[in-house]
Formats: sequence, C-alpha cells, structure tokens
Amino acid sequence: MSSDNQQPFVTDSSAVVTETRDARLAGQDDRFNSRLREAFGSSPFILTKFDKFMNWVRGSSMFMLQFGIACCSIEMMHTYAVKHDLDRFGAGVPRASPRQADVIIVPGTIVSKFAPRMKRVYDQMPEPKFVIGMGSCTISGGPFQEGYNVVKGAEEVIPVDIHIPGCPPRPEALVYGVAKLQERIANGESAPVVVKPYELEQFGDLERDEIVDQLAQEIDTEDLVMRYNWADSP
Amino acid sequence: MSVELPDTTGVVEQSPEEIADLLGDLAIGRDDHLNAPGFVIKPDTVVETLRRLRDDAGFDHLSCVTAQEYEDRYESIYHLTKYADRTQEVSIVVPADKEQPVSQSANEVFRTADWHEREAYDLVGIEYDEHPDHRRILLPETWQGHPLGLDYDQDQPQVVPLREHANPLLEDQEAEGDSETMFLNIGPHHPATHGVLHIKTVLDGEQVVDLEPDIGYLHRCEEQMCQNGTYRYQIMPYPDRWDYISAGLLNEWAYARVAEDMADIEVPEYAQVIRTMGAELCRMAAHFLALGTFALDIYGDFTALFMYSIRDRERVQNILEDLTGQRLMFNYFRLGGVVWDLPEPREEFFEKTRDFLDELPTALEEYHDMMTSNEILQLRTVDTGVLPPEVAKSYGATGPVARGSGIDYDLRRDDPYGYYENLDWDVVTEDGCDNFSRLLVRMREVEQSARIVEQCVDLLEDWPEDERTIQSNVPRTIKPDDDTEIYRAVEGAKGELGIYMRADGTDKPARFKIRSPCFSNLQTLPEMSNGEYVPDAIASLGSLDIVLGEVDR
Ligand code: SF4
Repeated sequence: MSSDNQQPFVTDSSAVVTETRDARLAGQDDRFNSRLREAFGSSPFILTKFDKFMNWVRGSSMFMLQFGIACCSIEMMHTYAVKHDLDRFGAGVPRASPRQADVIIVPGTIVSKFAPRMKRVYDQMPEPKFVIGMGSCTISGGPFQEGYNVVKGAEEVIPVDIHIPGCPPRPEALVYGVAKLQERIANGESAPVVVKPYELEQFGDLERDEIVDQLAQEIDTEDLVMRYNWADSP
Repeated sequence: MSVELPDTTGVVEQSPEEIADLLGDLAIGRDDHLNAPGFVIKPDTVVETLRRLRDDAGFDHLSCVTAQEYEDRYESIYHLTKYADRTQEVSIVVPADKEQPVSQSANEVFRTADWHEREAYDLVGIEYDEHPDHRRILLPETWQGHPLGLDYDQDQPQVVPLREHANPLLEDQEAEGDSETMFLNIGPHHPATHGVLHIKTVLDGEQVVDLEPDIGYLHRCEEQMCQNGTYRYQIMPYPDRWDYISAGLLNEWAYARVAEDMADIEVPEYAQVIRTMGAELCRMAAHFLALGTFALDIYGDFTALFMYSIRDRERVQNILEDLTGQRLMFNYFRLGGVVWDLPEPREEFFEKTRDFLDELPTALEEYHDMMTSNEILQLRTVDTGVLPPEVAKSYGATGPVARGSGIDYDLRRDDPYGYYENLDWDVVTEDGCDNFSRLLVRMREVEQSARIVEQCVDLLEDWPEDERTIQSNVPRTIKPDDDTEIYRAVEGAKGELGIYMRADGTDKPARFKIRSPCFSNLQTLPEMSNGEYVPDAIASLGSLDIVLGEVDR
C-alpha cells in the first residue's frame, strides 16, 4: 500500500504512511497524536477545566463488567461481539472483576436470592461507577413482575443511570443507551436515586417482627441479610 | 425418505393391563393421564414400585417428578418412560396426606429424583422420607412458605441472608476438620458459570474433592406465570424465556405440543413444516453459542472462536427475524399453527436461507480447524468429564449430553412430532462419554439441522399456493375438561423439554410443571468432576451447556 491509496477513513492520504519503516522514519511527532494535533491547530496546549477533561476521559473509555444474568445478556454478548461491536464507542472492554470495572450493565431478571449478591458486586466496583439497566426486567420486573420471587426492578437494589426498555432491547438500543450514558458522563451528570433501595444490613439490626422472630434460630445476628417487603413494592 | 428408526428389538412393550399385573397389590387405584396410564400407589411403596418397573419392565428413565396440592391432598407424580422406546410411558401417582404430606423418596432407584424432590419440597411442600439431602433448592434456605401451595401469601416479607461471601481464606478454608482441603466458591457472578450459578467446591490441591451446584439465582417463577396465563395467548411468550439462547421456537413447541394434545387441536401440515424449519434454525443458533462459550471456557478469553460463533448466530438470527419479527423472543407459534406465513417476497427469504446453508460447510470447517483439531482443546477435553451411560441414565440426562455418552435417544425420532418423520436426517451419537464427545455431538447436530432446514425450504418453495394454511380453526378461549392431565415432551436444544399440565375446567392451567433438560443434566456435574482437576470441572460444566433460565425456571 502506498500513500496514494483510497482508504475510506483517511482525509488526507499523503499524511498517512502505512508501511512500518516509513512510519518509523517519519519521527515521533508524526507517529503520536499527529491527527489530534492537527485538529487543535498549531498550539500544542489545550485549555480546559480539569473536571470537564476528566469527565470526557471517563465517558470515552469505559470498562464494562462482564456480568450476565438472563436473556438480555445474550443480546448484550451480541452487542460486544462482531457486527455491533460496542468497542467502537470506547465502551467495550469487558472485565471479569468488578474491581476493574466502571460500568455494570444489569441484563436480566433479579430474584430474591440474587439481589444481595448483585449489591455485593456493585459495592465492589470502584467509584465513580455507573449502572445501565437493560430490559424491562430491570425496570419493573418485566414479564415476571407478578412472580413471588422477583425483585421489581434493579432500582430496588442499586441506583440506575440509564434504563433501556425492551424485552430484550436490540443491540442497537443498547448501543444507543451506552452512547447516551457516555454523553451524560461527559456532561458530569449522574442519576438521582429515586427509590429507597433494599439494603444489606445485619440481621440483628432488623426491626423485630413475626418473620424475624421465626428466623432468629437460623440466622446469626451478624449475618448480612436483605429484607424484602413485597407488599410495599411498586 | 425418513429417519432410520432405533433398534427396539428386545424392548418389550407392555399394555396397561400387564403393568397392572406387574404392580399387583402395589397399585391401589388408577388415575390415567392423556399420555400414559397412571397408577396410584401408597406413599411408602415408592421405591418398591419404581424398582419393579425399572428392573422388570424396563422403565429406566424417570423423566420428571411433578408435585401439586389439591384441596384435600398432596400428590407427587413420577413420569416414567424408556430410553429404548420413548412412546411407552407410565405415571405413578403418589398421594400424600393434606396435614402431613410425607412420601417416600425415589432417590434410591433414580438418582435424578434427588433434585426433583427437593424442588417439589421447596415449591409445593411435600416432604420426602429417606431423602439424602432434604433442603430447599431454588429458593433461599430461609424462605417462609411454599409458593406453589394453595394458601401461600405472596405479600409476606422475606429475609434472605448473604452468607457465601464470607472470606473463604478465614475459617472456611478448611472443609470440616480436614486441613488438607480448601473451600472455594465459584459464582454466582463468574464468567465460566454461564449466568448465575454458584458452585461450592472443596479442593485438595488442584483436585476437586467435592462439588455441589447451588442453583436458584434465576428462579423467576415461570411455572406460576404460566399458571396465571390463559392457554390461548398468554402462555406462549413465556417458553421463549426458559432456554433463552435462541432456542425460543423449540421451547414454544413444547408448550404448543402439550396444549394441542390436551385440547385436541390439529395443526396444518404447512404450519408443521414451517415449525420444523424454524425450530431447527433455533437449534443451530443455540449450538453455535454452545460452541462459542465452550471455547471461551477452554481458552479463557473472548477469542476468535467466540466471535466466529456470534457471526454465525447473527446470520441465523437475521433469518429468524425475517420469519418471526424478533431476534430472540419470537412468540411465533400459536396453538394450531404459527402466527403468520413466511415473509414476502418468499424467494428472497429462501435465497437468504439457502445462502446461509451453502456457506455453512465452510464455517463448520473453520470450527473444526480451530476446535476439534486443536491440540490444546483436545488435551483439555478428551477423556475429561467422563459420564458413563448408566450414570447418565440414572440422572435422567438427555439431549447432546446423553448422546455424547452413546445413548441413542432423540425425541424428534423416538416420539415423533412435527414433520420430522417425513424428513431425511440422522440422530447423532458419540461413544466417548467425555467433554470432547459432547462437543462433537453438537457440531454434528448442526449439520443434521442444516439438512432438515434444507429439506423444509425445498418443501415450502413448492407448496401449492392455495394450501398454505398456517393455522387451523381454534376457538378464542380454550377450556379443557376438568381434571385432564397430560405430560408431553419435545427435543429442545439441551434435551428433553417436557411439560405437565392439569386442567381444572377454566381457561388457565391449574398446574403447569416444566421439566427442564438442563436441570437434570446439571445434576451430573459432580459425577463428572469429583476427583478431577479444577480446570476440567470448568470444561465439564461448559460441555453440559446449561442455561440458567431453564435450570431455575
Ligand atoms: S427484559 Fe425480557 S429479555 Fe430481558 S431479561 Fe427480562 S425477560 Fe429476559
């Protein structure tokens, strides 16, 4: 390939050298940031607010937690993989450990046994962290809203920044939601917590009532528990 | 053109009278179901009855255990059939006392009863005597009440503890007084568990001493949802969400089949061909993901193979989207047919499908190059996770797991439905019994599915225009007669997907029980992993190809 090729992404073909030796010979300035530098004009300095810069960086490089729950995670995998390739938007590096992740996509139905574990995973992520609720299940419980064991939405457990409706949302919808979140992060916005979530608390701290008395034999006072008041769920 | 039938020589067929004779005094009554003769027995003779049926009559497959509560009693139903001949079925009905529902456990005869009975206890509240491990299985251990019982109050508060997070390197480190071993939690959030599965593992160095799957992290009340829905329209969307790895149409067929048999609904031939084609496309998509995630488990990262399998899935999903209008949750079947005809222009649809089929051999070649002929993968899979056929049968394993252990069992052929009988295809089996065999079975099944789809496309293309009936005439509301009971299964992507339904004269089922193939298949994991290395246990789990939506329902 020579400099007069017709690569679609190149605006000024003469500035791009693809052959390794040429690239090396051209010197460091040309190899690093040359396009970016050109965009900024002749001055090598940018003047911006630190917060603004950090928010821009944050939104442009998001590490996602590799986190699958139910059907929506199948479409989530499709969004990460070929064709939809979320990585194109600076948001597609799946990390297996919550301690390395910025964003958690909650892709599925949350049930009573899983909610405390999900809270735990969320707690393990470093701040600042963001939550994308994928699918109707994370909005309201979706098709399973009336189930005896189903938590009526992710927001009952952790604060959610963006809700993506659908059952399941198409990959395009998820991409759109992620892009929206990036935009909000870049603007320094975060979601208010609108419901009082179920918290993990020590069993001994629960208000004593019938069910707590019944379980007193089975659970230690120091055990962390999550208490579901189904009757108060929306 | 038709499938080669299994060799049933030596399999004796018993009439209901012969079974009655065999059971003699054990049977205290009859309670026939639409699919099989039913015998009522006393709660303390379960083991004796099942053993006699297994050893003397060849009923070696405990397909499902259904539990339910009536106004005046509890009832467990053991649905038995034969691996050698799926059309022979018998139901053993065990009533239990309303005040003190206790029944004998069948665990001694069929290992699979272990989990099934735990589930029955958990959701309905029947207790099983002599059960080795009588605990809840799907709901948290501190749950109050039995949700599928009649007087359950759904609004009562519940308290769920989080115990498993305790640091395993502190006191947990030693499993019960044995300082040589270490306790390790795998999951419920872990990339190798294919969703939200928790595996309690005890290790001795690198070897697994004991391993116990802990399920229920995705128990979203599927059975309750179906019991709350009307037969005609409200139930059909749910099966899509049991096995959600694109196996939608296969699952929908399970419900369609059971409901059509119960309400005596005919399905036009044309619709059967469309169903067969759609279902096999789904099977391919499901198997592709199984291959991709298996590679993910073995190689440990989002490698090329995963991307290849997603690429092929995208192609199948595009075809299915053209057909059904959705990528994943199709809701395409209706009782008595399908919801709409093939998309217009038909030629374009056929061409697209044919293109996909034409390129499939090349794609499969790539899979073989990168997987089956890859030395690393062979080292990890050949002779690991061995599951002998007798063990597989005792656990009720079906689908590619059973066929990878050399069990020639496939409901599409053995208990024919749809259009499969008239098509030319083979049931794939492998004798290796190991992880590699299960992988091979799936890859070869993709080829067979492609054959089926190809024949269906040919048939549909030549179908005369005035005979394209997509739905038979089905009444708006369906109310099967009171106390009709039926258990029917189809071959899902993971194996035998069965449904038990009992009608009570209304337009909603009184009991809807799902027999999930993954539930039974997952039960074999300890058998395959104990004594092996940890990485092999992960490979075995991958080769079982479970989907938690279906395990937990
Ligand atoms: S929103 Fe729909 S597709 Fe997503 S997890 Fe819930 S049921 Fe499944």
